[in-house]
Amino acid sequence: MPAALLETVGLCAFYGATQVLFGLDLKVGEGGVTTLLGANGAGKTTALRAVSGMVQTTGDIRFCGQSLAGWATEDIVRLGIAHVPQGRGTFVSQTVEENLKIGAMSRRDRAAISSDIERVYGYFPRLKERRKQQAGTLSGGEQQMLALARALMLRPKLMLLDEPSFGLAPLVVRDLFEILRTLNRAENVSMLLVEQNASLALDLADRAYLIETGRLVMTGAAQDLRNDENVRRAYLGY
Amino acid sequence: MDLFLHQALAGLATGSIYACLALAIVMIYAAINHLNFAQGEMAMFSTFIAWQLMQWGAPYLLAFVGAAAFSFVAGIAVERVLFRPIHKAPVLSHIVLFIALFAILNSLAGFIWDYNVKSFPTPFGSRSLFGNGLVSSHDAGMMGVAFTMLVLLYVFFRHTRIGLAMRAAAANPESARLAGVRVGRMISLGWGMAAAIGAVAGIMIAPVVFLDPNMMTSILVYGFAGAVVGGLTSPGGAVFGGLAVGIIENLAGTYIPYVGRELRLTIALFIIVAVLTAKPSGLFGRAIVTRV
Repeated sequence: MPAALLETVGLCAFYGATQVLFGLDLKVGEGGVTTLLGANGAGKTTALRAVSGMVQTTGDIRFCGQSLAGWATEDIVRLGIAHVPQGRGTFVSQTVEENLKIGAMSRRDRAAISSDIERVYGYFPRLKERRKQQAGTLSGGEQQMLALARALMLRPKLMLLDEPSFGLAPLVVRDLFEILRTLNRAENVSMLLVEQNASLALDLADRAYLIETGRLVMTGAAQDLRNDENVRRAYLGY
Repeated sequence: MDLFLHQALAGLATGSIYACLALAIVMIYAAINHLNFAQGEMAMFSTFIAWQLMQWGAPYLLAFVGAAAFSFVAGIAVERVLFRPIHKAPVLSHIVLFIALFAILNSLAGFIWDYNVKSFPTPFGSRSLFGNGLVSSHDAGMMGVAFTMLVLLYVFFRHTRIGLAMRAAAANPESARLAGVRVGRMISLGWGMAAAIGAVAGIMIAPVVFLDPNMMTSILVYGFAGAVVGGLTSPGGAVFGGLAVGIIENLAGTYIPYVGRELRLTIALFIIVAVLTAKPSGLFGRAIVTRV
């Protein structure tokens, strides 16, 4: 396990008076991929939202050794944490290219932004074809690609990915995960991945956590969870 | 035919002011999802500031710029002090606060500057342009100022970084935050700009309707009508709606017997009811194509 890029210590999260997470200790290694597995309602999305400062939390969240407690979402994002939310967060009435520019809103280096737009078009040629099109008219898969592309415009160190495969055809999902793998290997982007498709997630990840009703029930190398009898039966289905 | 054209042109001139007000309403609606009922009173107050500056001896241009700048800052202050603390409160709380702001500004202006109707200067003169007294040089100048401002705003929103950030913050605040957009600042900026736009509209229309604390009441109704016609979610639609309302108002006043001067305001209300009945989202509201 390389040095931790992101680390949560005793992370609890609340929606009003309702507590959703109970003392999670999570780690994402520098250049690593960590996946959170668990049933619907286990608190996976909340864990990502906690890291982005979008829910009320107690406990500590450290990124590059710095505590994020009390930070506003906008400032957390500016550290290089790109959150790709469930539902993709597309700006539907803006064009594809405007969506990408919005993704780079925290940067000021104009020339580098334009070259980054071309670079992400390299990963997603379909988006280049549709650059002038209203983003709301894209298909689900294209919108997911746009969400990833928008996140990349931040030049993130860490990506928080919430169900990237949701609602997509199996072939599209395969392409998407191929791209995630490339981003991780070639661009050294670390990832915290929440995914229903446990098999795909464990393939990509080096580290995995299993959550049930807001509590960690299993922690370990992705390989170990894959081989665990209970995980296999409950989440991999064979 | 000449009469028709001149009446339409005169309608277009007042319509340009309705368009500005409609745009200001839509900008704030986009930012906080509530209708600013005090938009007209804010504009009225700004106009008094310009008048006061001129009373103190400032030249017209300085008074114009000074009042717009004051309004920009005051708009931001109103958002920060009054509306940010209650941004999660229900609609009714917002309405009460808007009405309070309306009443406070109206009586404060009356208290400071009294309720006597004052004349307001125009830099464009008031010559009649076509010899029949329908379109004056002030009308032409007013149109010029309003259209210039609208074009500048279009360029700002379409082609600048901050303009795009403001659109993003209004369209999808949560997602904008995740892209690092400082949404709170964008909302403040929207309020400031809306207030400044209102100030320009007030200063331009004051020579026509004269200056007093109630000068903007009917203008605001026309502004609302314009915003509703265009659909509350579309800035371009608001501008179109404001212009259309101006023209319709003027033509109806000329050609429909009984309407005359007295029933003109009814037309605005009629338009609001008609649009809300026939096409609640307005002509250009949220015409976004989405795939399921």
